[in-house]
Amino acid sequence: MPHDHHYDPLPDTELRVRALESILVEKDLVDPAAIDLLVDTYETKIGPRNGAKVIAKAWTDPDYKTRLFENASAAIAELGFSGVQGEDMVVVENTDTKHNVVVCTLCSCYPWPTLGLPPVWYKAAPYRSRVVKDPRGVLAEFGTTLPDSTEIHVWDSNAELRYLVLPQRPAGTDGMSAEELEELVTRDSMIGVKVIAAPA
Amino acid sequence: MNSIHDMGGMEGFGPINPEENEAVFHYEWEKPIFGFFFCLFAGGQINVDVFRHAIERLGNLHYLEGSYYEHWLGAFQTLLVEGGTVTIEEIDAKMTELKGDAN
Repeated sequence: MPHDHHYDPLPDTELRVRALESILVEKDLVDPAAIDLLVDTYETKIGPRNGAKVIAKAWTDPDYKTRLFENASAAIAELGFSGVQGEDMVVVENTDTKHNVVVCTLCSCYPWPTLGLPPVWYKAAPYRSRVVKDPRGVLAEFGTTLPDSTEIHVWDSNAELRYLVLPQRPAGTDGMSAEELEELVTRDSMIGVKVIAAPA
Repeated sequence: MNSIHDMGGMEGFGPINPEENEAVFHYEWEKPIFGFFFCLFAGGQINVDVFRHAIERLGNLHYLEGSYYEHWLGAFQTLLVEGGTVTIEEIDAKMTELKGDAN
């Protein structure tokens, strides 16, 4: 049973994977070298650092931010991030009065080109079931407490449409470059379960 | 389809427990399953819609007991068998063979 991060596979999962892989390789439908390359790409190249570049640019380049809201997929592709599971992107902006948080209640839809593959908690039942019903309670589990006056908007992703949260730029960062700002942007802030703390 | 995968608003699944510095993959067997997605998509054996439909047909118990990539594995098996690419007998025979190799 998958419970948080210490989930165990079902009894014959590993054997079934090896069997299916072996059959598909024999039938020339799967190339083990291609799989290794894909795994490496998603382990080392495609991840939340991509999304952080989008956010930092939006904070520092007003024209880019305008383009990001007009056509997020195209604006994100300007930075070189596009493709599978990020074809149709929508960016939602956090403000003093509005906070956005993203879920996929039906499965685990997630913007791969900007955030990489989703964490286990995003794919698991507790988050998916509860964030639409008790968003403040869920945010509190991530250590995020917002003023009662802040409206929380929960966006339910689907197979076609994926959301990226534009977090608020933290106070005390006026003099920072886009490169320095990128370092402050976290995966969880772009899902919307956390806010970005002001640099110490 | 209306079934267990439609989890929004359900209660009783417990705390979220996010993991710090989580690895992209948690088990080696997850990696080939992830790779199958691209290979089978490129080969035309699956598309996003039939994949989604196959996940929704997994059965409630399997859906709850299995993890993310196990859902994918179940969906691939369903679609490969339905599409005539492999048979359940072939998979069972290969599992028996591999199990024998391990002993």
